[in-house]
Amino acid sequence: MSSRCRARLAALAALALLSACDREERQSRAQPVPETLPTPRQSILQPGVPARTAADPRARAYENNSYQMSQGQLLYQKMNCSGCHAHGGGGMGPALSDAEWRYGGSMEEIVATIDQGRPNGMPSWRGKLTEQQMWQLAAYVRSLSAQPRQDVLSSRPDAPSSTEPATLQSRQPVVPSSPAGVQGTSR
Amino acid sequence: MKKQRLVAMLAAAAALLVISAIAIIVVRSRAPQPVAQAPLTPYAGSSGAVTARSVGDGDDGQWTMAAKNFASTRFSTATEINTANVSRLKVAFTFSTGVAKGHEAAPLVVGGTMYIVAPFPNNVYALDLTKPGAPTKWTYKPRPLSAAQGVACCDVVNRGAAYANGRIFFNTLDNRTIALDAATGKELWQTKLGEINLGETMTMAPLVAEGKVIVGNSGGELGVRGWLAALDADSGKIAWRAYATGPDKDVLIGNGYHPFYAMDRGRDLGVTTWPPEAWKQGGGNAWGWVSYDPKTRLVFYGTGNPGPWNPEQRPGDNKFTTGVFARDIDTGAARWYYQTSPHDLFDHDSVNEQILLDMPVKGRMREVMVRPERNGYFYVMDRGTGEVLSATPFGHVTAYKGVDLKSGRLIPNPAMEPREGQVVRGICPSAPGMKDWNPAAFSPLTGLVYIPHNNLCMDWGSYEASYIAGTPYVGADVKYYAGPGGNRGVFTAWDPVRGRPVWEIKEDLPVWSGALTTAGGLVFYGTMDGWFKAVDQRSGKLLWQFKTGSGIIGQPISYRGPDGHQYVAVLAGVGGWPGAIVSNNLNTADATAANGWGVAMADLPQKTTAGGMLYVFSLSR
Ligand code: HEC
Repeated sequence: MSSRCRARLAALAALALLSACDREERQSRAQPVPETLPTPRQSILQPGVPARTAADPRARAYENNSYQMSQGQLLYQKMNCSGCHAHGGGGMGPALSDAEWRYGGSMEEIVATIDQGRPNGMPSWRGKLTEQQMWQLAAYVRSLSAQPRQDVLSSRPDAPSSTEPATLQSRQPVVPSSPAGVQGTSR
Repeated sequence: MKKQRLVAMLAAAAALLVISAIAIIVVRSRAPQPVAQAPLTPYAGSSGAVTARSVGDGDDGQWTMAAKNFASTRFSTATEINTANVSRLKVAFTFSTGVAKGHEAAPLVVGGTMYIVAPFPNNVYALDLTKPGAPTKWTYKPRPLSAAQGVACCDVVNRGAAYANGRIFFNTLDNRTIALDAATGKELWQTKLGEINLGETMTMAPLVAEGKVIVGNSGGELGVRGWLAALDADSGKIAWRAYATGPDKDVLIGNGYHPFYAMDRGRDLGVTTWPPEAWKQGGGNAWGWVSYDPKTRLVFYGTGNPGPWNPEQRPGDNKFTTGVFARDIDTGAARWYYQTSPHDLFDHDSVNEQILLDMPVKGRMREVMVRPERNGYFYVMDRGTGEVLSATPFGHVTAYKGVDLKSGRLIPNPAMEPREGQVVRGICPSAPGMKDWNPAAFSPLTGLVYIPHNNLCMDWGSYEASYIAGTPYVGADVKYYAGPGGNRGVFTAWDPVRGRPVWEIKEDLPVWSGALTTAGGLVFYGTMDGWFKAVDQRSGKLLWQFKTGSGIIGQPISYRGPDGHQYVAVLAGVGGWPGAIVSNNLNTADATAANGWGVAMADLPQKTTAGGMLYVFSLSR
């Protein structure tokens, strides 16, 4: 084995370790918050050449962090998301654990849904939840369809529940099913 | 001068005579021979129960309110379609509402017109029955707020309209009661009664009597404070509104209030039987059925579950939720109240229909109301006093040990009591109850009550619910499954006098449709996979069935058409609480989907698809 190769391996191992730490990372100090929340497009039809929307850097940070996701899980119950969406299966609101998204299933789109509300009965949580909490919730919502990395998924619910832990679910593709869906939803 | 006027008057009178003669001829030619109305002779072996005399049936072939009459019998005196010929029943015409959500409404028929209220967005259609194919006469669109869909607990259903004095009255999901001119569909008035931002909706069918429109709100799963209101039928002005929780002055409890049992007596029980302030989001919604007795001028109705479901968050009896009220129709003042489930443990609302009957109890004819209750007991009550004469389980019950007829109290089974941090298993009946909202029918031919209902048990895990106005206030993860025998539904013919079933039909899926009885000896109901069935009232034998395009959760009706022939009509369109699995496209991998139906309804998407269609049947000729 050449030394260059060894160095590469070491670097890789360090990276793997780092990312493992990163998944458990907690923020002791609040992150600086940008001025506005993402407002994704509501249509895949874009006359002319479609412009590419830049992904929000926070999407990856929140989604690949099990602490943020477990905070999201807590909020999902405490803010009564579970009352309308059950544990992902849906009820008064649509299912969040399936492959169909009315308004897109990316982190940015879910945050926009929570922030702005949606016309057919999804409340707008602006002013009720902080931006950080919305990102945490979005990370948890995506875990309901097993989108995030397996090693950060929650393996148990906070309260007695009749549902399977997210780690046992199979990953549902994120495809916008309605014209209201948005392009570029899978990452 | 005088002479001239006289001549003019005579001419006018003559013209009138000619016109009415023409009218008579026209009517005659259209209705050559109305169906013979044989006098009702009960079968030998009838239970002896008859429709309450005070509400007189007066069947004229129309269907002017969801429950057919003030006694809520859902019995049609028409005999053209009967046990001998029902096998020849064929589709006469159909009509699509264009909505693929749960269709729980009863169509109305008045004169030559049929009226339908569809689920959200609650469009009202008038169909001209005098023309072939029943074309649309007019359409009225109330345009409710689309956000209302998010706070409707159990699909965006509507249970129907009511007709009186040339007007159609109905409720919208966003809390308006609207009066329309039945002839033109023109809006006469509308009154806003509630606030969707508090989680409030309206889904029930109004009852109209003595110039008052009686309506109530829904929202028991969102901590909405329940009420029943009476609106002036002419102006829409609120005559009175009686809350289900809070101080006596809000509940309209005064000197005339005389409940039969000590447990329901006291001052401000709507406050004192709750933890401080909890009554303000305590539920008790009047989203079900109202009956009326003109002799005593009393309206009867029940109140829904207390909020939240988690009982540990609301120690006390939680008055006046899950109970039955008798109120004066003029003032709303409560005459009596009886709590069917004090400190409700299992979402066992008390909103089911009360059928007003006169029947022998221990050898003496009594004026009663009978209630196939969600908690699993068939109640026979004195409708004058609220005394429980009997309470008999009509299915498998593990949640309770019976009803103590001395104190009137339901006795819970301590082993089944929900506790936070623990999952209690094998609770029967489940939260949707032995029977949910879907109404039973009574037949004076047999004296039996025909009950469409469930055979479901559940697992229940409580957790602390936080109250955020306009969002669910439940605090329980529940999971329903079939009870003993494995069938999820049952259709039972119940003898109210002897307190026992006469026959029953096991249905695979929960029976979520209403029932209809006719003097032809038939009883009709539908299944969630779309079979519309006619059964012999005496034997329970299936005589005819037809597969509709989507599951049936509506209320069948029967009427005499302008051609003099008998018709049977029903709305098909799966949805409602269990059917939301299909109509809202839910994911059944989650057992708690639709508040607990995920597992119980996992096969429904294979058995039916969403839709919304009226089917009208008559004998093939
Ligand atoms: C009062 C009921 C209710 C509550 C509470 C509620 N939702 Fe919703 N939600 C809805 C409804 C109804 C829709 C569908 C809206 C539409 O189609 O316009 C929806 C839509 C959504 C969507 C979009 C789904 C898609 O297919 O694109 C997401 C994501 C979502 N909700 C997440 C949440 C989260 C997270 C919470 C808690 C903070 C929450 N909801 C609380 C009723 C609710």
